[in-house]
Amino acid sequence: ILDGSLLFQQVPMVEIDGMKMVQTRAILSYIAGKYSLYGKDLKERALIDMYVEGIADLLQMVLAFPFSPPEAKEKNLDSIKEKATSRYFPVFEKALKQHGQDFLVGNKFSWADVQLMQAILEVEEKIPAVLSGFPQLQAFKTKMSNMPTIKKFLQPGSPRKPPADEHYVETVLNIFMR
Amino acid sequence: MSGKPILHYCDARGRMESIRWLLAAVGVEFEERLLQTKDDLTKLRKSGTLLFQQVPMVEIDGMKMVQTRAILSYIAGKYNLYGKDLKERVLIDMYVEAIMDVNDLFITHEILLGDERKQQFATIVDKVTNRYFPVFEKVLKDHGQDFLVGNQLSRADVQLLEVILMVEEGKPDILAKFPLLQSFKARISNIPTIKKFLQPGSQRKQPIPEKNIDQVMKIFS
Repeated sequence: ILDGSLLFQQVPMVEIDGMKMVQTRAILSYIAGKYSLYGKDLKERALIDMYVEGIADLLQMVLAFPFSPPEAKEKNLDSIKEKATSRYFPVFEKALKQHGQDFLVGNKFSWADVQLMQAILEVEEKIPAVLSGFPQLQAFKTKMSNMPTIKKFLQPGSPRKPPADEHYVETVLNIFMR
Repeated sequence: MSGKPILHYCDARGRMESIRWLLAAVGVEFEERLLQTKDDLTKLRKSGTLLFQQVPMVEIDGMKMVQTRAILSYIAGKYNLYGKDLKERVLIDMYVEAIMDVNDLFITHEILLGDERKQQFATIVDKVTNRYFPVFEKVLKDHGQDFLVGNQLSRADVQLLEVILMVEEGKPDILAKFPLLQSFKARISNIPTIKKFLQPGSQRKQPIPEKNIDQVMKIFS
């Protein structure tokens, strides 16, 4: 904060291409745009944005979960399961079934596929059987897992972070709250 | 079939107001279907037009778009309010995401009452005074231009004006220490499409009268 690198005094901050970027969505949009993961035109982009924003709402529940008080944890877990299986996963199951393609949008790998993969894996960590009843998503998950870059990221020793545990919660609270 | 965008939401600012602002700023006329009761929302859900069972939903260009950010990005992209290249876009995105953090505080504020409402507004005042407005004041100072990014109107300017005016409703002197934001506010408010939107009778929404908050909440219960 004190060295003035955080535009709004917050992290995440990513130094990339000569910029000190903040705001998660701004950073994600930039990376997606730069590396052609954002569809071929405005309408594909709109679809990707809709999917990504919906998934972000689900991921937000997973993000917040470790910080919920012990007495609320069971209810919050049920909420994640309910929203995943009745609001979000059915949409993507249906999309994949309807066009029969490997990727969510435009028959091409996009940000939406990565985001959905993240959500599937993180929800599965909390609710292991969550994809039963979603055969398209199961196949999607397998295909994504086998993409070389993603496969590498899923291996031990990659920068991927493990699920939040109590130590993580304490650390976060110490840095940001106390 | 008018071809105009159709906005589905309740009669409140909430998560639709920024969309109303942007459409107005680009001079696109729109219609609204205002949800009044829980039944209205249930009907809309049953019709299968809400991708994630939620509003806002905007019918535009043959799509039934949901998710506020997706809708705003689409409008901005279509009407050239998103910068001229990726680097301008990124700057706009950073500014707009921060502004939307303030919008989120207002969304909470809109349905609170009494002491909680006052406290929430105090939080808003604190954040804009110490974290957000200084950044935009400095941006305008550093480049000396009329608009936040790329010397042309963008969604960042429209969304910042929206927030400035909302804070001013509760604290008229909020810009006292921000002279460049004062002139920014005057300048952007005078853009003909925006000036029109700021006049009585426009589709701009006012804060929910406290006696009606309950009724609006029932829609989403």
